Amino acid sequence: MEAGTPQVVKLEDLHVPGQLSGRKHILSILVENKPGVLARVAGLFSRRGFNIDTLAVGPTDDPSISRITLTLDGAVHPIDQVTKQLHKLINVLKIRDMEPEETVAREMALFKVSSAVENRAEIIQFAEIFRAKIVDVARRTMTIEVTGSAEKIEAFERMVRPHGLVEMVRTGEIAIARGHE
Amino acid sequence: MRAADTLMESLKAEGVKHVFGIPGGANLPIYDAVVDADFRHVQVRHEQGAGHAAEGYARASGRVGVAFATSGPGATNLITAIADAMLDSVPTVFITGQVRTELIGTDGFQEADILGATLPFVKHSFQVTDPRQIPEYVHEAFHVASTGRPGPVLLDIPQDLSRADIEYEPRTEPVELPGYKPNLEGNIKQIRIAAKAMANARRPIFYTGGGVVNGNASEELRELAASDRFPVTSTLMGLGSYPASAENWLGMLGMHGTYTANHAMDKADLIVAIGARFDDRITGKLSEFAPHAKVIHIDVDPAEISKNVGAHIPIVGDVKQVLPKLTREYRALQTDSTRLDEWWSTLRKWQDEHPLYYEPSADGEIKPQAMIEALHRVAPDAIVTSDVGQHQMWTAQYFGFEQPRHWINSGGLGTMGFGLPAAVGAKVACPDETVVCVAGDGSLIMNIQELATCVSEQIPVKVFLMNNGYMGMVRQWQELFWDRRYSSVEMGSSPDWVKLAEAFGATGLRVDREEDLEGTMRQALETEGPVLVDVRVTAEENCFPMIPPGEAARDLVEAPGLRSAH
Repeated sequence: MEAGTPQVVKLEDLHVPGQLSGRKHILSILVENKPGVLARVAGLFSRRGFNIDTLAVGPTDDPSISRITLTLDGAVHPIDQVTKQLHKLINVLKIRDMEPEETVAREMALFKVSSAVENRAEIIQFAEIFRAKIVDVARRTMTIEVTGSAEKIEAFERMVRPHGLVEMVRTGEIAIARGHE
Repeated sequence: MRAADTLMESLKAEGVKHVFGIPGGANLPIYDAVVDADFRHVQVRHEQGAGHAAEGYARASGRVGVAFATSGPGATNLITAIADAMLDSVPTVFITGQVRTELIGTDGFQEADILGATLPFVKHSFQVTDPRQIPEYVHEAFHVASTGRPGPVLLDIPQDLSRADIEYEPRTEPVELPGYKPNLEGNIKQIRIAAKAMANARRPIFYTGGGVVNGNASEELRELAASDRFPVTSTLMGLGSYPASAENWLGMLGMHGTYTANHAMDKADLIVAIGARFDDRITGKLSEFAPHAKVIHIDVDPAEISKNVGAHIPIVGDVKQVLPKLTREYRALQTDSTRLDEWWSTLRKWQDEHPLYYEPSADGEIKPQAMIEALHRVAPDAIVTSDVGQHQMWTAQYFGFEQPRHWINSGGLGTMGFGLPAAVGAKVACPDETVVCVAGDGSLIMNIQELATCVSEQIPVKVFLMNNGYMGMVRQWQELFWDRRYSSVEMGSSPDWVKLAEAFGATGLRVDREEDLEGTMRQALETEGPVLVDVRVTAEENCFPMIPPGEAARDLVEAPGLRSAH
């Protein structure tokens, strides 16, 4: 008997694997750098009812290939079905469902915070704790650049919000697999 | 060479013999090249007709169907056919003219973003930005349309680019698309597990679909079913891939499927899904679908696996390659056929007590079901196309298809007006076969203009109009589920179909008595050229069995009168 095939297959032993993982997924998608590719990917998500949490698009080291990094909730969407639908797009070359343990993920955000004289020191202190950078200072506002995981950015937002958050811009996460020893 | 001529050369290299279409401003260079092209161009009367004709051509022949349209309204008129080809996986290439490059994005005359508009329902699409891309894109379009799970591909060519002069070299190397590699073989380990599961099933059923027809795997399916006494049912799209006269045939399943097929799915312990996609018209209420069954799902499209119904044993591959392997593996096992005895006695009892049934005509009026039975008697080997509605379901139930590619209808999108242009395409593809269109009076008028195509292009299709004066299926729903409040479903007796046929230059016939039915049908088949037969049938007949929308398959409602008849 060949390896890996059971001798007898009893129907009662057959199961369908679970569809929902229950966690956030980062999909790293390599696509051909051609017009309309982003529209195809975005259109697929909207018509299949998949909700994208964040989306980042950029070039790769190969000019003919772009990378789309997107995050979505595996508690709501069957990720396997999402990736299989994505694979049907001819311009999609490769999809990687990033393993959280083996992935470095980063997002950047810019916060414009109102900075009256009395709270300026406190905001600067937050920035230091979060290893953030103050990139612009005006008479009534300060702009702070924060880089890190989505959780870190959300934590920073919670800290500065009481001081008056004027505007916030986030890039959406990008991710890369950790190097192997 | 002019780019439009390289388009013709490339189509020739792909073996194109027929194209359906209509010229306009933006595809003038293409139509200038058509004059010298090697294929036959069939000039239709509406771009939707071109699209459905290309579909009918592809479905009848297995070859890629091709349609041309101009920019703007020409292209948007194709959209219904493109969506139809997507949902029924029909290998088609649609080539549209586009406004000149410098006008794109300016809301120019007859400009429509057809690429954007069709994104949700094309398998793939291209817009030419450099005339040298044309030959390459044509080959890629044919490759994508015809391989893996087939589907529609759109090629949009701006007018100035099809006029451009380019160097042309015939392409010899095979198409290589880095992001497109259909998995055809099927995992042998999974196939072995499937065979062993089948060997242990006591209540198995083959649930087959349009994929068997598309995959040209009818013979392979028959072989597998013959490996043991496996009962076979099929979706609307799969009819003909397994012969309706075969002993193991349970009839069609789904919303208007047989009692036996639907109840067999409900009681089965193993469903072998072959090129079928668990559409809502099959499953009924999903949460109550086949509660006892494990599922083997064989499909070339991995995204169909566990999309609607979870697969216990998924097999991704081309049915034509997978089925013979499964047959071989199954036959190598020690199996005991008597384990199916009890199952077959149940199935036979159901077939006996719950056949398809309609109340025969008491007064010589033509029953719609009797019309289909008569059509089968006079043209059993015909290629049959249909529109969408009651007549479509009755044809599916009563015609008894024996061969694949002989039943061409709009299953997924449910496009009324599909039948006549599809018949045009089927007849062009198979000129030696009898091609009949079973039409409804609500549907036929939606694309009746193609009768002009039949006459001027000498395409002798025979249209059998099941005329009940209603949009019958909608009327049936209004009767059964909306308290008989009929709303906009009466068609009345307008138009006079015989005169209309004659006005187009076709032959028009009418029949309203049962005793004249077969004779008139034979007359239509023997008359040269296109014929339209206005068959007056019982007006308010309902199509049964029926699974009420949103209910479980086991709750199907049978024809009233069946009980007393038995």
